[in-house]
Amino acid sequence: MSNETMQMERDFDFEIVMGLEVHVELHTKSKIFCGCTTEFGGDQNTHVCPVCLGLPGVLPVLNKQVVDYAMKAGLALNCEIAEFSKFDRKNYFYPDLPKAYQVSQYDLPIAKDGYLDIEVGGNPKRIGITRVHMEEDAGKLVHGGAANLAGAEYSLADYNRTGVPLIEIVSEPDIRSIEEAVAYLERLKSILEYTEVSDCKMEQGSLRCDANVSLRPWGQKEFGTKAELKNMNSFKALQRALEYEVERQAEILREGGKILQETRMWDEAKGMTISLRSKEEAHDYRYFPEPDLVPLVISREWVDRVKATLPEMPHIRKERLVHSYGLPAYDAGIITGSKAMADYFDSACKAFGVDTPAGVEVADDKAKERAKQISNYMMGELTRLLNASEFGYSNSPVTPENLVGLLQLLEAGTISTKIAKTVFEDMFASGKPAKAIVEEKGLVQISDEGAIASIVRDILTANPSVVADFKAGKEKAMGFLVGQAMKATKGKANPGLVNKLLKEELEKM
Amino acid sequence: MSLTKDEVQHVAMLARLELSDKEVEKYTTQLNDILGYAQRLQALDTANVPPTAHVFPLQNVMRDDRVDPSMAREKIVANAPDEEDGFFRVPKIV
Repeated sequence: MSNETMQMERDFDFEIVMGLEVHVELHTKSKIFCGCTTEFGGDQNTHVCPVCLGLPGVLPVLNKQVVDYAMKAGLALNCEIAEFSKFDRKNYFYPDLPKAYQVSQYDLPIAKDGYLDIEVGGNPKRIGITRVHMEEDAGKLVHGGAANLAGAEYSLADYNRTGVPLIEIVSEPDIRSIEEAVAYLERLKSILEYTEVSDCKMEQGSLRCDANVSLRPWGQKEFGTKAELKNMNSFKALQRALEYEVERQAEILREGGKILQETRMWDEAKGMTISLRSKEEAHDYRYFPEPDLVPLVISREWVDRVKATLPEMPHIRKERLVHSYGLPAYDAGIITGSKAMADYFDSACKAFGVDTPAGVEVADDKAKERAKQISNYMMGELTRLLNASEFGYSNSPVTPENLVGLLQLLEAGTISTKIAKTVFEDMFASGKPAKAIVEEKGLVQISDEGAIASIVRDILTANPSVVADFKAGKEKAMGFLVGQAMKATKGKANPGLVNKLLKEELEKM
Repeated sequence: MSLTKDEVQHVAMLARLELSDKEVEKYTTQLNDILGYAQRLQALDTANVPPTAHVFPLQNVMRDDRVDPSMAREKIVANAPDEEDGFFRVPKIV
């Protein structure tokens, strides 16, 4: 038993066993089996046609882009791609499903047997991916005749989302803690963003997560009875729902009770999971091969073609940043955690003349320093301002080129670090390049020794008592005098020069 | 293998069919006849026959990812049993 396991055993009286099922909307233009748009947010029932409504006599035809994307996601998750794959009907009655069956994949999914590596508290762990399969999304129901769903007198169906392509990614029950579950979902989202098969917007439902949760006494081999949790629409919701559910099950087991196998819905407002239906009945889906769609036969060449479109994956990219630029692993992890941020970093490095091709060379010290400057500005100021705005790294008001423009002014000593900070805020607000702002506002650093010396002399003359304090050995007096000089130049004096000249003049006195 | 009345009831429930006792009796017999007939196929040796995924000798029928116009909403909801503001109105689902 590892130290980590023993630690957890002390903390909690049961071992947690979890697997996640993640649904991801693919970023295609049209639906999986018809030409209706997949665009989010249209007026109700304006993106529908006889095919996605399942009217009699229609024939669905598979969107090739869906297959390419599903394959790409499968490859990014280290899966085997099936040579032979088919679609099946999953039968159930629910008003969000106009055909009364969902076209999905049952026994021959497009991809299987993959894995994803996560890290929790510095410890690496591999989570198995059971399968990745293609399916169609269902429609949306809204309540009618009441302010909330529970009090609704009827429901209203909007089928715009019906037939939007999805992949479902099913993990092995390898997840042993809530932290691991969150790390898995973060990692999965990051990889899918890198592959660009989905926009992964949890708030718009293009990435949705269900969790199978069970507990067992430490040391027991068999899994306990699981509950399936649905409706967790953010990382925070996932965390809270799992915390609640683990504690709920633990309480039942401690009192000698039995866990029911059921589907439970996370209620964000109430902060609890609520039983939806017992599982045995709901899961009698009577799958059978979809007769309206013919099988898929995937050649080696096709797989290779898709494989060639895979980008550099986050962990490889992180390694490159650490290896080539000597960035701390933590910083490199943050930057590569989002593709947009990593792309921003790479563009900035290119603009600063310090780009390194994928994963080989080590930059020289000067290049490392520049990369470090870029990284520092991104992790600090830029991220802070982006988080407080509606912008992100993909559409930042300060472009990578403009950030580098600022860093060049700093490197040349044209502006001070302190001025750079205010210039940067101006750049963010106006979208203008650093040089234009510095010139407009006359913020060029004063590095003229004669000019600074004259200011320094004026300050010494105006503050005889402070000078006396300094002479009497009060070191703090120096700080005050530097502050006065900076104030007199509106922060534009080169601080190094101010210090040097102050010391010289004081010695003369 | 033979089907019990309970199983017929279960299948009927999944298909949202309401059957009388007499009908359950009748369909249990009929479904068992059909299964019995199909069971004759079990005698064949299929060890070297790949499972049939589709009866047509076709594969990889696909379309390009192109958006086509959707159907006008008036037509979409024209046959709805109940409609409200362009939505299909259905019994309450909680």
